[in-house]
Amino acid sequence: MAGYILEMRNITKEFPGVRALNNVNFKVRAGEIHALCGENGAGKSTLMKILSGVYPYGTYSGDIFIDGEEQRFNNIASSEAAGIAIINQELTMVKQLTVGENIFLGNEPNRFGIINWHQLFYEAQKWMSAVKLDINPRTKVVNLGVGHQQMVEIAKALSKNARILILDEPSAALTENEVDTLMDILRKLKRDGVTCIYISHKINEIFKIADTVTVLRDGETVDTKPIAETSENEVIAKMVGRELSNRFPRVEHETGEIVFEVKNYNVFDPDNPQRKIVDNASFYVRRGEILGIAGLMGAGRTELMSSIFGGFPGESYGEVYINGRKVEINSPLDAINNGLAMVTEDRKRYGLVLIHDVKKNLTLANLKKYCKSGVVNPNAEVYDSQTMVKTLSIKTPSLEAKVNNLSGGNQQKVVVGKWLLTKPLVLIMDEPTRGIDVGAKYEIYNIMNELKKQGVAIIMISSELPEILGMSDRILVIHEGKINGEFRHDEANQEKIMLAATGGN
Amino acid sequence: MSVVQESTQTTNVTGKSLFARLNARFDLRAYTMIIALVVIWLFFTVLTEGRFLTPRNLSNLARQVSITSILAIGMVMVIVTTHIELSVGSVLGLTGGIAAILQVWHFVSTPVAILVALAFGVLIGAFHGYWVAYHNVPAFIVTLAGLLAYRGVLLGITKGQTVAPLDPNFKILSSGYLSLVPGIILTAIIIISLVLSRILSRRSKLKYGFKVLPLYLEILTTVLYCGLIILATYVLYQYEGIPYPVIIVLVLAVIFSFITNNTKFGRQVYAMGGNIEAARLSGINVRRRTLVVFILAGFLASIAGVLTTARLNAGTITAGDGMEMDAIASCVIGGTSFLGGIGSIPGAVLGALVMASIDNGMSMMNTESYWQMIIKGIILLLAVWLDIKTKKNK
Repeated sequence: MAGYILEMRNITKEFPGVRALNNVNFKVRAGEIHALCGENGAGKSTLMKILSGVYPYGTYSGDIFIDGEEQRFNNIASSEAAGIAIINQELTMVKQLTVGENIFLGNEPNRFGIINWHQLFYEAQKWMSAVKLDINPRTKVVNLGVGHQQMVEIAKALSKNARILILDEPSAALTENEVDTLMDILRKLKRDGVTCIYISHKINEIFKIADTVTVLRDGETVDTKPIAETSENEVIAKMVGRELSNRFPRVEHETGEIVFEVKNYNVFDPDNPQRKIVDNASFYVRRGEILGIAGLMGAGRTELMSSIFGGFPGESYGEVYINGRKVEINSPLDAINNGLAMVTEDRKRYGLVLIHDVKKNLTLANLKKYCKSGVVNPNAEVYDSQTMVKTLSIKTPSLEAKVNNLSGGNQQKVVVGKWLLTKPLVLIMDEPTRGIDVGAKYEIYNIMNELKKQGVAIIMISSELPEILGMSDRILVIHEGKINGEFRHDEANQEKIMLAATGGN
Repeated sequence: MSVVQESTQTTNVTGKSLFARLNARFDLRAYTMIIALVVIWLFFTVLTEGRFLTPRNLSNLARQVSITSILAIGMVMVIVTTHIELSVGSVLGLTGGIAAILQVWHFVSTPVAILVALAFGVLIGAFHGYWVAYHNVPAFIVTLAGLLAYRGVLLGITKGQTVAPLDPNFKILSSGYLSLVPGIILTAIIIISLVLSRILSRRSKLKYGFKVLPLYLEILTTVLYCGLIILATYVLYQYEGIPYPVIIVLVLAVIFSFITNNTKFGRQVYAMGGNIEAARLSGINVRRRTLVVFILAGFLASIAGVLTTARLNAGTITAGDGMEMDAIASCVIGGTSFLGGIGSIPGAVLGALVMASIDNGMSMMNTESYWQMIIKGIILLLAVWLDIKTKKNK
């Protein structure tokens, strides 16, 4: 068997307050397809960013060897020079340029700065056939589907003489046919002697294509094994096998009647309209119940909920019932008027007007309540925001402090507060505790418990398994847009959820 | 930096540099502009040996600034929503021209001519808003197209002629003055409402535990403001009285300040400018709001058009040419952010006053007009640079 082309030894990487990688060892043999697995946040992307020079030498500790030689990458260019190319989950192409121009972007064949277009397109054609892509290199990238764009990315990487190709979640945005083509190309590349590191959540894919699998968990290497010597269940067990600590103040509460029901809901990708992001989802939630929605990143959870809320750009169809009455929701305003509220993920982008103050942010979704013929009544507004600041114990110098100056946890409470002021029947929370500290998380959980007691139905999307298990009364697992499992609180465990989330039954 | 305390009941700021302390107590930004204005006025007073500060000139200045101010009031709202309106100068010219043509060539009465002109302003604004909000055409393009087209329409309908003269009752809109007794009554009303609003606002702030100025400072600033208002009235009556356009600007400024600060519409517009995604997901109909913002800008441009026609006693083909740039500059000098979400009506009016003062002062000094343009350009650049600089320091 061939020797190791790549060795990463004792890699440790710290971010302020977190140790993202702890003494990780990662070895890849020449010419193999090596899968890298782990839960959301296990450290896969961080490790690959170190390898591709995004985090330069000196910002981490540990050593990288390629063909037995130590490497110190100061930037992406030096890692590319060593033959490493990364294809990110979000494609990085200039959409208005042609395929050929994109392949040679920044690297155009030229003489005295004048581009030789004939040579460029001639060579682009060669690389296109290397990835079995039969399109004219003069086509604009914007006219290609996501799958083809990905192939172009691979061609671009190969044109830089990449010997080690890193693919970060390459199949996340692809249809099934496109995934098959991708697999074919990877097998062909393998025959040509290119080494691939394949990051994926999808265990079945890994077992179809990889030779070896390495599992990361909480920033540590758990195991590396040839694929033939392991099983899907073993990999999953290794991905999740951590102790569950008692950080979740879940309370038992009698749930009421069904308040919200969705039937046969479908959502399509706005960039790739043939692709279904959500496929025939049906579910319900009761008064005073927390419904956890688990799944891997890109499974379609956010798209499902924000589409129901009227805030997603892709096409969708399906039926939504509130208290048994069918409702038509075409915009967030419709959703709010029907008693829905949605704490969006990424509070800075979707939740807050950062340059405005706490009070204005709190009342934004519910201004009409404080208005008489269009004029805001400042007293009522201040009274309600003051109450909300107290109820949620939002730490702010005053109601007039800019939200920008608050801590992440307090910002998140402002978003929650904004939606609570609309007195929702159903509160959707998308990653409600992402990026906030443990104390603030605990407070958010307590708020959820309080709401549950008041009879609010909560739908919580979370990528953190412990949170899903710790807080939910019932758990739905979504895999590639389909609901692939439903568990009561008392029957759920990490293995069951992870198996369902990766496509098993 | 503000001081973060554990409670929501914050009152005092301590242990900071003098600048930071001043900045926390007053909104220093609001005052920098007043200070800048005072400096500019003193500068020109010295250079013109006092001619700048004569009642006659100040009355003139007030009249000059009114048209830019009206455009700037509309422009603030457009820029706050991260758009731009380049056609207001042409809209001003066209609507003013329509009013003049109706009256001079078709003998239409003054009120009807004005109403028709204003209706055109609203329609044009709606047209712009429709393209921007419902077809996602960038406002820069839509209004640049308007800038070209409306000037052409004006040229076509006036056949290149100056349309004059107007009825005396049209002209008076710009050249008239409020006589002494109504003027005193108006000033009294303004002062009483100022004092009342400050008392009420202070009470409400105290009730909810907000920062308030110490009582002596509150009284001092209120007295100062009242003094300034009385002084301004006094100076204007040393000449002919309060010019009608000034009254129109004041009324519009008050109305639109109220709209932007105290109505649902205003609040939603500012939220959209600050973060359009958050606003949309909070249930705001961002398209309809955008449409209305452009309608208001068109409406205000047509008011400015009517006043320009009254002032020139004619509809001319060059009326309002380049005024959009003055309006934009006034907003920016007055603290409106091109990133959206920030900007105030009084700020824009003050910005217009700064620009007009420079124009007026240099004209009095017989500075050649090319220097006036160069200096205005430099001041615009410096004002924004200073703004960015002070924001970083915060």
